[in-house]
Amino acid sequence: MTTTSPPTRSDADTPALDVEGLCVELSTPSGTVRAVDGVSFSVRRGRTLALLGESGCGKSMTALSVVGLLDPAAAVTGGAVRVRGDDTLRMSPAQRRRLAGPVLSIVFQDALTALNPVQPVGRQIGEPFRIHRRLSRRQAREKAIELMTRVGIPEPRQRARSYPHQFSGGMRQRLLIAMAVALAPDVLIADEPTTALDVTVQAQIMRLLRDLQDERDMAVVLITHDLAVVAQRADDVVVMYAGTVVENGPVRDVFAAPRHPYTRGLLDSVPEDSVRGRPLPAVPGSPPELSAVPAGCVFQARCPLVRERCVRERPVPRPAGEGRSAACHFSEELDRA
Amino acid sequence: MPREETDAPEATNSPDTTDVADAAGGASAARPRRPSHWRMLGRDRAAAVGAVIIAVVALVALFGRPAIGDRARRQELDASLRPPSLDDGVYGLLGTDVLGRSMVARLVEATATTLSVAVPAVLCSLAIGSALGLWAGYHGGRRESVAMRVADVILSFPSLLIAVVVLYVFSPSALNLVLILAVTRIPVYLRTARAEAAELRSRLFVDAARTFGTPSRMIIYRHVLPIALPTLLTVATLDFCFVMLTESSLSFLGIGIQPPDVSWGLMVAQGRQYLQTAWWITVLPGLAIVLTTVSATVLAAWARIATDPAQRWRLTLPKRRRPRSAPVPPEMIP
Repeated sequence: MTTTSPPTRSDADTPALDVEGLCVELSTPSGTVRAVDGVSFSVRRGRTLALLGESGCGKSMTALSVVGLLDPAAAVTGGAVRVRGDDTLRMSPAQRRRLAGPVLSIVFQDALTALNPVQPVGRQIGEPFRIHRRLSRRQAREKAIELMTRVGIPEPRQRARSYPHQFSGGMRQRLLIAMAVALAPDVLIADEPTTALDVTVQAQIMRLLRDLQDERDMAVVLITHDLAVVAQRADDVVVMYAGTVVENGPVRDVFAAPRHPYTRGLLDSVPEDSVRGRPLPAVPGSPPELSAVPAGCVFQARCPLVRERCVRERPVPRPAGEGRSAACHFSEELDRA
Repeated sequence: MPREETDAPEATNSPDTTDVADAAGGASAARPRRPSHWRMLGRDRAAAVGAVIIAVVALVALFGRPAIGDRARRQELDASLRPPSLDDGVYGLLGTDVLGRSMVARLVEATATTLSVAVPAVLCSLAIGSALGLWAGYHGGRRESVAMRVADVILSFPSLLIAVVVLYVFSPSALNLVLILAVTRIPVYLRTARAEAAELRSRLFVDAARTFGTPSRMIIYRHVLPIALPTLLTVATLDFCFVMLTESSLSFLGIGIQPPDVSWGLMVAQGRQYLQTAWWITVLPGLAIVLTTVSATVLAAWARIATDPAQRWRLTLPKRRRPRSAPVPPEMIP
């Protein structure tokens, strides 16, 4: 009842979410800075795409502009976000609202602040049903209890009356996931869903997400800085650095043979194979300030392969193997290094 | 009011999370029934006393007039300025005023008049000011500026002056008095509500609601109002005494409640010249004003805690605890 273009659902060739050349600019007291610069990726139903990068590289900003929650200080200045073929950036607020929930939804990182502290959780989880399906309070409540059962909340009928602060961190995250998948969206964006949780609970939450994805055939965009999560969970990976995509491709290939020195550096810094007593390899330096991103390659200041060309010319993403691309002038050299 | 689930008596009320183990089926902590509001009121003795006083005042206002008949207006000049005593029956209990009218009867009559002015005035300004303020604060931008400038315009006029002008031009009836008091107090709620809504709109749960397409008015109603409401109600109870005092000033100036009607403020004003010889004419209605406002404030502080799911447990502790009183917004300080 709320879909805008039902036929595209069956169309296997149209990606569920297709972001193309997305640019986001932030107004700061010292001028406008580009927080997201020409980010492109796409994800099909049933697939998981990971947006990988360190803090401040623009992954959350990308997610927020996809769901339309950007801060007033930030503005999308270019690109397209196509959800099942329709560009959400050119939609009216009312059209976007119809899309939000049944087609596109997001799980936030901080589950405690994402739940209203003065509402019983059963009511909050039932809210999407009341808004999009116009169910009565009682029906929405039944739906909420169903969902709570599905995401593994024990004694859901009693717990539906509890308030968010009466749940543990993992349970809250489950509640948020329940709310996000309530209307069986095509695309689920998970913005660091497990960063605030301990490892055991992380694994449970990731398993829950996977099960729900399989069940409902969702496309999942997983935003994270955790390489292990990407390796276990994602099909494709987009590595971001200073607002740009530096490498893009199937996780297995990218992790096996990175084609960008930054990806290489990230993988090397995983302590797995390191020898006791020897310092951990790390990417030297820190990412550039957004207001001082260099003219050439964004990674030049920290790159082991940096040459004169990198300072002069910004590399564009070039195909680097099947379904892969990397934004480096010298990506071939990484195989030999 | 959106704060519902009074029909849900079994929600848990423990102060911390009850499920330690996150594994499915791990949570089997004891689930005490949620305490009733009566019991929570009993835990806070000051609030309980306040509730009783408010209840008595409300009952007197509702049912007092038929009980006293015309005694509030019946003059007995030979019984003028009698001090409170036990000898003259119920109506002489608190003495008489200069025209020999029974103070008991006049206080009862004044209760009804005062509340019939102050309560509608406070409710009107609360409803209008909060609605506008939440709307302005949630949306921000131009709507916010317009609403705030309107509030500034109203505030920049001394409210007593507006009241004097309006009531001088129109007839000083109770209805006009209610309207003028309501209008002049709207900015207080408007500003409080705007500030709350502007803060709440940036909270993640509001964003979360927007991610599944909740329309703005629904977000305001379901997510912003329930959190702003306790603050607004606290402001309203404080404002209640301000409105009563303004009403008494206007009555004192002769443009408020008109004799032979009587209100607490008017009684205080009329008794001032006998203060040295007949204290009871002024002190008793003054006491009524103080008791009512203090009770309302204490009750508001209690309600603030009782309606906050994360604070409610404080009122269930066996040990008696005084709730911290709510902070006073700066515009309430005269």
